[in-house]
Amino acid sequence: MARSTAGAREDSGVRTSTEDSDPPVEAPPPAIRSRPVSWAGLWFVLPFAVLFAVFLLWPTITGFAYTFTDRSLTGAPAGYIGWSNWTESLTDPAVWSSLWNTLVFTGLSTPPLVLAGLGLALLTARARRLGWFLRFSFFAPFVLPVAVVTMIWVWLYQPGFGLVNDTLTGLGLTEVGWLADERVAMISVVVTTLWWTVGFNYLLYLAALQGIPREIYEAADVDGASGGRKLWSITLPLLRRTTVLVLVLQLVASLKIFDQVYLMTRGGPNFATRPLIQYIYESGFTGFRIGYASAISYLLFAVIIVFSVVQFRLFSREEV
Amino acid sequence: MSVEANAPAVRARPRRLVISPAAALVYFAAFWAAVFWLAPLLWAAATSIKPEAETTLVPLAWLSENPTFAAYREVWAVGDIPRWIVNSTIVSVLVTALTLALCSLAAYGFSKTRFPGRSWFFAIIIAGILVPPQVLIVPLFTQMSTLGLVDTYWGIALPQVVAPVMVFILKRFFDAIPRDYEEAARIDGAGHLRILWSVILPLSRPILAAVGIFTFIGSWNNFLWPFVATTDPSIMTLPVGLGVVQSVYGIAYAQNMAAAVISAVPLLVVFMVFQRRIVTGIAGAGIKG
Repeated sequence: MARSTAGAREDSGVRTSTEDSDPPVEAPPPAIRSRPVSWAGLWFVLPFAVLFAVFLLWPTITGFAYTFTDRSLTGAPAGYIGWSNWTESLTDPAVWSSLWNTLVFTGLSTPPLVLAGLGLALLTARARRLGWFLRFSFFAPFVLPVAVVTMIWVWLYQPGFGLVNDTLTGLGLTEVGWLADERVAMISVVVTTLWWTVGFNYLLYLAALQGIPREIYEAADVDGASGGRKLWSITLPLLRRTTVLVLVLQLVASLKIFDQVYLMTRGGPNFATRPLIQYIYESGFTGFRIGYASAISYLLFAVIIVFSVVQFRLFSREEV
Repeated sequence: MSVEANAPAVRARPRRLVISPAAALVYFAAFWAAVFWLAPLLWAAATSIKPEAETTLVPLAWLSENPTFAAYREVWAVGDIPRWIVNSTIVSVLVTALTLALCSLAAYGFSKTRFPGRSWFFAIIIAGILVPPQVLIVPLFTQMSTLGLVDTYWGIALPQVVAPVMVFILKRFFDAIPRDYEEAARIDGAGHLRILWSVILPLSRPILAAVGIFTFIGSWNNFLWPFVATTDPSIMTLPVGLGVVQSVYGIAYAQNMAAAVISAVPLLVVFMVFQRRIVTGIAGAGIKG
């Protein structure tokens, strides 16, 4: 498939560097002198910078300040209470159990999301004549609003007359309480998530597969390599960069789990699926404890940053 | 499966019409995988055209004996869905237009001009990529209360406009546009705004399209922030309305599925129209929608 110039130019992008390269990587010819310094450029940056300051920077700062107060959603005057929100959150079993649920979801969902994305992309790359149909089927769920996805899956998981259980009983198996059984509910959420979001990883893999030059396979044919051999020795190694990218994006996305869990199980049964963001929501908006909810938010923030930094480290080593 | 999948095609010469057994197997597997993936959507559609009493008849049937659009009429007439679709459209168009405008301006400023403190500004905004919007819901909500923006379109939309990653993506694209183009325009007497509007933006159509489509889909589907920022059903966006209000109507399954289908259609249409752009956008930029 022909890739647009945009695609080609983007190729090395987000994955590699975030620093402001000055002069840019595509260095201008030496003949051209550097740009004149003037304040004009500031006016271009300013509108975005103002919104950035108001809706991102400032909440990040105030949120951190709240963690040291007993600020309440009721508007009662807030006082400085030192580290007690932090110590409370670190000893709150509900924080640990919902953090655990978040990590379990991440651990359970990431491998199938990566592997299924790869598998479906390999199938699509081979079955070229079904291309449009396959891309549509595997990716379409990704563009659906989460509430549509959860409505459909709650209906599929329905006890008694849900399609999944009806199929099971039709095959002579026993019903499963997909969303009602504490031991199964998280797996049900993972399955729904897999169906909903695998299309994104799938497209990343598909693009990478289509970027592998045909000549490499032709050379392998000359050497009499088998199909399995080519997959193992050519395709998979060349997909390494894509796999790293998919993993990085996937892990961070999974750590932010909330929407589909909240809409399918409200965190139940018996809190077995409640993720950390739901506990933040409940502490802040139903428990009215802004200060405490902020402290938990920053714990999650820290976890996400740690994951990102570790990945970035591993990733930069890959790049060399 | 994947090992098999890689076998054929090369061995069979490209234009030969005889299909090897391995290739047939790949097509078979791919076709059924796709059908399986579509099954939940098809089942939702099948349920939505059943009379309500038939939806829970066991054993389940894919095709109704008396198909009807009653559930659609009911949902459209009684519920808030048309309202929520309008709300989602307003918010998503607002977010997309503002994102394209403000992020292009900022990217131009960072890419094509030099002003004191530029690298500092840029570094701070790039650091913003690391801040997940999810961890800001609490302070952002108190701030919205202070500004009186709770339960307003602006309150839902404005925080979504702050997408530092889009500035980054656009800046990188602008960086790659050779300087000769601007220089030529400057010699003709064009100022910065003129250069951005008549030179840079027309050359950036593919990336602007990608950013626009992803911003639109992301905003249309955004759940957590609109969920926190609205309590009034008449201002809710579609995902929030469906998730919070529609689901408490309970056990009218045909109606629920009709609501799901109605809500899925706008996005599926966007996807079918822009499939190519979406595919290249994801492949190129790794934009997470």
